[in-house]
Amino acid sequence: MTKISDGSVTSAFPMPAIHRRDMLALGAGGLLAATGLGSARAQTKAAPPPPSKPTGQVVVGLSQEPTAFNPLMPGIEVDETVWMQIFNTMWVADPKGNLMPDLAREIPSEANGGISEGGLAWKVKLRPGVTWHDGTPFTAEDVKYTLELINAPGFKARTRVGHAFVKDIKVTGPLEISWRMEKAYAPYLALLSNTFIVPKHILEKAADPNTAPFNQTPVGTGPFKWGTRTPGDNIQLVANDKFHGKGPYLERAVLKYVPDQTALYAQFRTGQVDLIIGTGIPANFYAEAVKLPGRKVVKIPSASLEMLMPNLEHPVLKDKAVRKALYASLNKQAIIDIIYYGLHIPTESFTPQDSWAYNPNLPKHVYDPALANKILDEAGWKRSGSGTRMKDGVPLTFAVSTTTGAALREQAQQLMMQDWAQIGAKMTINNMPAAVIWGEFYTRSKFESLIVGTAFRTVIDPDPAARFASDAIPAKNGSGANQMQWQNAEVDKLLKDGQTTFDQEKRKAIYWKLQEIAREELPILPIYQYAPVEGYKEGLIGYEPNVNARQNTWNMGSWYWAR
Amino acid sequence: MSGFLLQRLMQAILLLLIVSMIGFAILHLAPGGPLSQFAAGGEMNQEDLDRIIEQLGLNRPLPVQYAEWLWRMLSGDWGLSYRDQQPVLHIIAGHLGPTLELMLSSTLLAMLIGAWIGIIGAVKRYSLFDSIATIGTMIALSIPTFWFGLVVIYVFSVGLGWLPSGNRFTIGDGSFLNRLHHLVGPCIVLALVSTAVWSRYMRSSMLDVINQDFVRTARAKGVPERQILMKHVLRNALLPMITITGLHVPSLLSGALVTETVFTWPGMGRLFLDSISYRDYPVVMGILMFTAVMVLLGSLLADLLYGVADPRIARSGR
Repeated sequence: MTKISDGSVTSAFPMPAIHRRDMLALGAGGLLAATGLGSARAQTKAAPPPPSKPTGQVVVGLSQEPTAFNPLMPGIEVDETVWMQIFNTMWVADPKGNLMPDLAREIPSEANGGISEGGLAWKVKLRPGVTWHDGTPFTAEDVKYTLELINAPGFKARTRVGHAFVKDIKVTGPLEISWRMEKAYAPYLALLSNTFIVPKHILEKAADPNTAPFNQTPVGTGPFKWGTRTPGDNIQLVANDKFHGKGPYLERAVLKYVPDQTALYAQFRTGQVDLIIGTGIPANFYAEAVKLPGRKVVKIPSASLEMLMPNLEHPVLKDKAVRKALYASLNKQAIIDIIYYGLHIPTESFTPQDSWAYNPNLPKHVYDPALANKILDEAGWKRSGSGTRMKDGVPLTFAVSTTTGAALREQAQQLMMQDWAQIGAKMTINNMPAAVIWGEFYTRSKFESLIVGTAFRTVIDPDPAARFASDAIPAKNGSGANQMQWQNAEVDKLLKDGQTTFDQEKRKAIYWKLQEIAREELPILPIYQYAPVEGYKEGLIGYEPNVNARQNTWNMGSWYWAR
Repeated sequence: MSGFLLQRLMQAILLLLIVSMIGFAILHLAPGGPLSQFAAGGEMNQEDLDRIIEQLGLNRPLPVQYAEWLWRMLSGDWGLSYRDQQPVLHIIAGHLGPTLELMLSSTLLAMLIGAWIGIIGAVKRYSLFDSIATIGTMIALSIPTFWFGLVVIYVFSVGLGWLPSGNRFTIGDGSFLNRLHHLVGPCIVLALVSTAVWSRYMRSSMLDVINQDFVRTARAKGVPERQILMKHVLRNALLPMITITGLHVPSLLSGALVTETVFTWPGMGRLFLDSISYRDYPVVMGILMFTAVMVLLGSLLADLLYGVADPRIARSGR
């Protein structure tokens, strides 16, 4: 599991690590930034102290609109920018992966007795003195209500992954709660770092929690309270002066929706938005953006991975030799350098390089068309008259799909096509709009191969069971997201072991092995790990990219302006 | 007159029913669905996705879904947005104001300038002004709006710093002057194209009348040129413009897709675009029906105004 802090009640929101942020601002490279190697302090003068009372406002520019405000209901990543301000979780992960207590008093572990019976019994002590925005005290009843609501039959819960194992929830004191798990499930600790606690006293009065007024005007325990919303435009949050942690130091936070990435960047340039997070500054503006006066532009670490996802039931792509040959003849560096301005970080693993579970010893990809040709020759794929290889009457041809209008990916397809034509593999292009691609085409594995950018983990836990387990294939009635339809008995066993082991060193060994197998079998062709670009106005103190948070507004309560 | 109204009303209802049926079918039969956005995120399992599809009722046969939607619609319940969880009518109402503000101001601007250019162009046909106006119009009509919008932002916001680069007002300000300042950019962009359109309509409409016999007769009678223009030509030339105005009413309310996106204007056009890309069926259907009603009302209004403006038509016994 993640490193666990000493267990004392510390704030979930530490003071900003200035040296790290400035390292990023200097463009020290995504990998360096991501690993947090910031021992050399780039900034000499200390940040000014925060204001004594909430002052000023920040305008956060988003290229998607947050629309779902009940943090337990279906939503997309951008919705979490709001949830993180209004609500709290029991613990949160800091940029280094340490879990820090928030609504809980300490992180349950086998060492402190919070987790016992090999992961089947859980007990959490909660933080005293926390109140909801309406003044009602926060208690263990709220946590119980939240966990029960997620599993309530009629409730449109976003996900029940992990929560479905929870049973026998007992409130053992006003600030103490315990439950049992149907099976040991180590990633649950990480899942709870992303499970926002909702107020029982408000939601239990609603006739139907799915349509409660609360879902439009949420009430939480977080650093900011719900203010107003102009649909299609912005959401305004106001400081919660009774917040239990540090801050908030800003009087008001505005989440501003600008639908077009170029227009959003223009608003950042002209100063109408104070920072751009999420989808960030497009790669083609990066060189210009770093030169903007009065703006800091940073490459941030991200857990997402750009990959080619083959459908392993496809007559051609199911052949491991084909996947190995395609990978060897794919000029990854050219894609990164030519199309993405060298921003992103080449990778061999599905695990983010910032994770404790990342295996750095995987064989490095070498662009080698001669090797690819040799692999295919040996596997019996013979060149035919047309130049396309054949084996047993099957031509070596397949389609690569991506979202229509994703300009950079469409360019990447062109490079792939050229690379693979050299080795006698014929790639075709089959692009469709996002709503079509990510519909059944993706979920029911109807694609031949797909360019996908996603994270293969469970919240911040390295467990990729939902992606790799053979019982997680939706096209074969499994529940999960194993869209490439990978089936491997050894992998299944490792995944199971990983979920039921709580010792981090032991889990690391399991996931290292898993990464070795994935590198050898290539159920996905990893291209690069994302290093998106975010930017903010000079003078904003406290912004700190966090690879373990789903949005970099994770610590907005401790942001303020230098005066 | 009332018979005419009743007949038009019956036609309208039938038309609306057909529109709703076709719209509903196309929308639901198009591949993809409202859950795509969640699947793309990768956080939700197939089990979660399947459960939500069932909770939304999207796994039922299409005719059943349509019948239920229609029944609710008729009883005044336009449904809840999938994306927003808010009543569809409430969402539409929230986006109407910004759209009306933008469309009315740009349309008024375009009509005034366009009519002026059209009239002068027709009266001084083939003059230098007319030639320049014609060329300018063709250029304006050919410029893609998104490109022109970005150019306006680049020149006036990024370069010169005269105009804000988008939004309806500065958050925390919102005064009249502040709003006006924000309106200038998108208004110019929208007005450019419609000015071109209006001026062409006006010019050809004027030219149609200017060569008619009664104008020549008036001239022969010795009526001053100015009076001919104002009393005889312009009045008659404005008649077809009423139809065009009527047909323009729906676009006043349905907004400008591209301009609203480029200038971050929270209007109907953007709502429609966002709802389509998220496959937010209830909102898309809501906007479709709303726009269809507006089109029908607009053309009905034009027909009625026609009668008012030209007594000959009112009397012709419709």
